[in-house]
Amino acid sequence: MRKRADLLFQMLSLATLIAALAALGALVYDIFADGASRLSWSFIVNIASRNAEEAGVYHALMGSIWVIALTGALALPIGVAAAIYLEEYGSRSRIARFIELNISNLAAVPSIIYGLLGLGLFVRLMGMGQSVLAGAATLALLALPVVILSTREALRTVPSSIREGSYALGATKWQTIWHQVLPMALPGVLTGLILALSRAIGETAPLITIGALTYIPFAPDSVWSKFTVLPIQVFNWVSRPQAEFKANAAAGILVLLALLLSMNAIAIVVRDRSQRRGRV
Amino acid sequence: MTGGTGTVPANLSGIASRRDQSPAALDKPVKIEVDNLNFYYGPKRALDGINIRIRANLVTAFIGPSGCGKSTFLRTLNRMNDIIPATRVEGTVEIDGKPIYDAKVDVVQLRRKVGMVFQKSNPFPKSIFENIAYGLRINGLTKSKAEMAERVEESLRQAAIWEEVKDRLNESALALSGGQQQRLCIARALAIRPEILLMDEPASALDPIATQRIEELIYDLKKNYTIVIVTHNMQQAARVSDFTAFFWLGRLIEVGRTDRIFTAPAEKLTEDYVTGRCG
Repeated sequence: MRKRADLLFQMLSLATLIAALAALGALVYDIFADGASRLSWSFIVNIASRNAEEAGVYHALMGSIWVIALTGALALPIGVAAAIYLEEYGSRSRIARFIELNISNLAAVPSIIYGLLGLGLFVRLMGMGQSVLAGAATLALLALPVVILSTREALRTVPSSIREGSYALGATKWQTIWHQVLPMALPGVLTGLILALSRAIGETAPLITIGALTYIPFAPDSVWSKFTVLPIQVFNWVSRPQAEFKANAAAGILVLLALLLSMNAIAIVVRDRSQRRGRV
Repeated sequence: MTGGTGTVPANLSGIASRRDQSPAALDKPVKIEVDNLNFYYGPKRALDGINIRIRANLVTAFIGPSGCGKSTFLRTLNRMNDIIPATRVEGTVEIDGKPIYDAKVDVVQLRRKVGMVFQKSNPFPKSIFENIAYGLRINGLTKSKAEMAERVEESLRQAAIWEEVKDRLNESALALSGGQQQRLCIARALAIRPEILLMDEPASALDPIATQRIEELIYDLKKNYTIVIVTHNMQQAARVSDFTAFFWLGRLIEVGRTDRIFTAPAEKLTEDYVTGRCG
């Protein structure tokens, strides 16, 4: 009887897994069917156009790369520093516990709320305008809770024997964290960062809220440039009545997918390198 | 185990020459002086009124059953317990006549002077070279690359592991065997040239051959260092130490010449423990 329940549960788990994968597969297949014919080198290097045949994603792709690179550059140091403070320095104070609770809540806040905050804070109050910087800062806010939580988790997995070994050699707390704890936590930190950035790269709502344009005639050339990103471009094409633009939208999604996958691939390589360096 | 008062354990007779039981040992200067030390984990008292003098260039062993406070006491000598939250110390510990729990004392400086080797070897997940170089680097002890390489070699030689690792200094320390890792950790502690070496059951996870190497090493090192070793293993205490201190339920029951502690203990508890009747 117990054996049968075990088997039943196993089958159920497998069925759920297959269902989830099948849904994903169907989605990807559908997009491929619609968009693969439009996918070409010219689609990537062409700029947006009224003519569906000539339109490309160049500006949006460049915008996405600029925004996501800057988001990572902002979220990583701030998130890691915050996590180090919470985990290593303030973990037992009441205020740290209060902050910790709120970070977990922040991770669940709808992204459009971050867009409104970005609009008020970065675009208007700090005068960044509708720039790449304002967009990246907004997405960095969105990414921070995930980065902080995963970094704390990674810091916690570093065995205390390593810390003690370092302290016993006359290391200060900061030297111990910087030379021993952080390198050992790096793979976990990077995993968290890539999860956060993967979410950020697909975000549309907060960027539309802060005023990222749907049509721009240029690619960003500095952090102060106006910009658009791939999801906004796709959204724009989907909302056109002409059927040809639907194919463009599907092809745009494929480019976004490729960008996401290559980002993850880079993260995996970096993570494996840092792990190997540990073992030499 | 059998045997009563006055029976010399077999292992004690053969290697007595290793231990310094001459009257001259008592003339060695006092390196560590502990006066009425209490230690608390939260509300729980783990050490109760410890008084002991530990002499320079000798090996002092702490013995006693698990949980008797010997490791805790060892860790008060380099203030390693400071990193455990909600702990508290009362009483004084003086090293070279200076109280180490004084508010003015720099803990980092103290730990440079009082090195430590842990029960479970804990090499950093870096190369063999980097494991040794770390302490030198963070303390700014070397001026050039050549000097660094020299000090690394010197430490590895002192810990009797140089010959085994000299051709693979850039390989990971984690690839070494358990006994080699522990000697690497000893080399790491020696690299910053401490005056005192605290060893918390350094051989408890090692096989007999590796254990023997560590014990020989301890014997060689006492020329230059004051060594305090915690051990579960009474034969080991008898083999390597000049003085032995017996702990029981957070109290120091008896301390004295190793010969005397094992052959003519003054306290009934000590006798029962060293003869294997309790603990």
